[in-house]
Amino acid sequence: MKGLWIGAATAALLAGSAQAKTLTVTPGGDAQEKIQTALLDAKPGDTVMIAAGRYELTDGISLDVANVTVKGAGADKTVLSFDGQKASGEGFLITSNKVTVRDLAVENCKGDGIKSKGVDQITFRNLRVEWTAGPKSTNGAYGVYPVSSTNVLIDNVTVKGASDAGIYVGQSKNIVVRNSRAEMNVAGIEIENSYNADVFDNVSTHNAGGILVFDLPNLPQMGGHSTRVFRNQVVQNDTNNFAKKGAIVGDVPTGTGIMVMANRDIHVFDNAIDQNQTAAVMVVSYTQSYDDLTYNPLPRDIAVHDNKIGKNGWAPQFPGGEVIAKAMGGTIPPVVWDGVTNFTPKGMSAPVAVKVHFTDGPVADLHFAAPGNVFSAKPEVKPTLDDGPIAEPKPVVLPKAQTGQ
Amino acid sequence: MKRVLAALAAIVSLGTASAPAQTPDGVDLKALMSETPAPTLSAYRIFTPEGPNHPNAGVTPYALNTPLFSDYAEKARFLYLPPGTHATYRAEGALDLPVGATLVKSFAYPADLRKPAEKVRVIETRLLIHRKRGWVALAYVWNDAQTQAVLKRAGTRVDVAFTDAHGKAMQIDYRVPNQNQCKECHSLSGRITPIGPKARNLNGNFPYAEGAENQLAHWTRTGLLTGAPAPDKAPRTAVWNDPAEPLEARARAYLDGNCAHCHNPKGAASNSGLFLDLEETRPVRYGVGKRPVAAGKGAGDLVTDLVPGKPDASIIAYRMASTEPGVMMPELGRSVTHEEGVALIREYIAKLQAPAAR
Repeated sequence: MKGLWIGAATAALLAGSAQAKTLTVTPGGDAQEKIQTALLDAKPGDTVMIAAGRYELTDGISLDVANVTVKGAGADKTVLSFDGQKASGEGFLITSNKVTVRDLAVENCKGDGIKSKGVDQITFRNLRVEWTAGPKSTNGAYGVYPVSSTNVLIDNVTVKGASDAGIYVGQSKNIVVRNSRAEMNVAGIEIENSYNADVFDNVSTHNAGGILVFDLPNLPQMGGHSTRVFRNQVVQNDTNNFAKKGAIVGDVPTGTGIMVMANRDIHVFDNAIDQNQTAAVMVVSYTQSYDDLTYNPLPRDIAVHDNKIGKNGWAPQFPGGEVIAKAMGGTIPPVVWDGVTNFTPKGMSAPVAVKVHFTDGPVADLHFAAPGNVFSAKPEVKPTLDDGPIAEPKPVVLPKAQTGQ
Repeated sequence: MKRVLAALAAIVSLGTASAPAQTPDGVDLKALMSETPAPTLSAYRIFTPEGPNHPNAGVTPYALNTPLFSDYAEKARFLYLPPGTHATYRAEGALDLPVGATLVKSFAYPADLRKPAEKVRVIETRLLIHRKRGWVALAYVWNDAQTQAVLKRAGTRVDVAFTDAHGKAMQIDYRVPNQNQCKECHSLSGRITPIGPKARNLNGNFPYAEGAENQLAHWTRTGLLTGAPAPDKAPRTAVWNDPAEPLEARARAYLDGNCAHCHNPKGAASNSGLFLDLEETRPVRYGVGKRPVAAGKGAGDLVTDLVPGKPDASIIAYRMASTEPGVMMPELGRSVTHEEGVALIREYIAKLQAPAAR
């Protein structure tokens, strides 16, 4: 009887594996048609294997089938080249749930690199997304770009040369960015308008800004919160900001280590932050006009502690930076906060409480009267600024069944 | 065993699908409904054997007040409804179309746009078929002889040459979309949906063989549509290039037809927060004073989507004028600039009043 049961189980397993198949694409011929056809033919459970080689694509490719893994032979072996791209806003677009993209490279997309829109469970693993001519404002905007997605894993990904953010997670929930490398982008890693993100064990270097956590108004998902940025190396971010003016990251001063704009419950700890000429950590309000009454432009409940902070802030690249640095003894202190605390959202009678826990001092409190109100600044440097401990967001847990973990 | 039976059943059903339908020469509804798309367009008998300019019986031509610009291609649109079914009127969004309904759109170029009826080359015919489980998009590409169109699920590119309305020679690297790209535009909350046949965009005259008639009235009279009010009681999209209509109505109609398939709260560009559908009434949502979010280099050196009075400072006009992938909008469906469309939007922005200070 026992044997029979095992037999049945084996048969079920075999049936399962017989259904899930691998569609292999090899170099040569019409790469566009071959890869796209495989992405269209894949059924849930299948793997699209793109064999080692270089594939010249003329248009974006896209996947809209759930539960599919797209796999190359390695980030240095399977190269999807978009040098000759004639259309589409990105190289590779994913719009279906439970997808893993791994072990391949995407080069020189005219727009974004690899984008997922509205996906639950998206894994980007062992990837290289690169603009090979180095930092140029004509490069595509984002390298790895999950947006409006849930359960996002970005692991061991390298992005170089993005004219906006190398790794950009927008309007998403439950996010892990780890073991990745961002180099020579305007922003290395950016978490924007997102809820619950863990960003750890990454290297962000030679960008204009290392790691950004932003919340912007007038978007379907706002009120970014609960991001932990820890154990990252944020070093020598020294590439001149090469973004076009219209991009919000165009406002990030060259040589910014970590920047938190708006948001609540952001914790920055155990990072090594060194050789960033503007500042190690900046905590600032959103300063542009907006007309979304539900938006709070202030950073609230922000903790910066136990980071290993080297030499930073010796030549700040924001307007008036030189004067401010001089007033503070020649260099910008490790943590700079605009000090705005008096924002009262529409419909409320008193300002929302703002707590900070900045124990990596000294800390510059600029005491702006309002977001971006530079002229009202009353800079003050203190050893620390501490309203007491702030509860750390719980670690992000991805679904056990998520593929590619 | 079950699987073998299922496979047999599938083969049998395929067999019946390719067998002649009840009306031998009519549209083959079974072929349209088959899960396996036909490799050639002729299998559906949407057109008679005479070719793409000859719709079969039961296939009704229609036009939109303001269509999407597609590299100056001329478009011929047709609606097929299964016998005994009808569309149901909806004031907002596309008409409610029954299972089996098929929307047919051919893209064609006359050799000279100034002589639109002469030397017309049909490039592709796209189908949007309403199956039981939802809409399916398919694109068929015509051969040079115009005798056969074959399925191209992965899309393709076709070299097209024509003379434009100003007598200028044009060369276009025409893109037939892949199946997913069809959905990128035809998508609401991730499901494929028709865009064009909204009551308001159909609310205009069509030159039928028996004379011009309002399409909503004609469809109602011929039993294709139920529930529609009289045309003058139904909403109506302005005709973008009719100078007799108000400028703002034409511009908003153009943005609706060319941008809102993605730029709406349920579309592919929902994350942008820029909503260009005609139903949107909040100025910041349709771009006035709105800063871009994830436009990256697409914004150029501009910081606002739409600046009243200043087309040169408005990202919308900048991206409409561009032909550079990653900058140009729409992202799909064009490779050249729609000069007349850009001119309309620039004029609209130039004359737009800034909203009153709050």
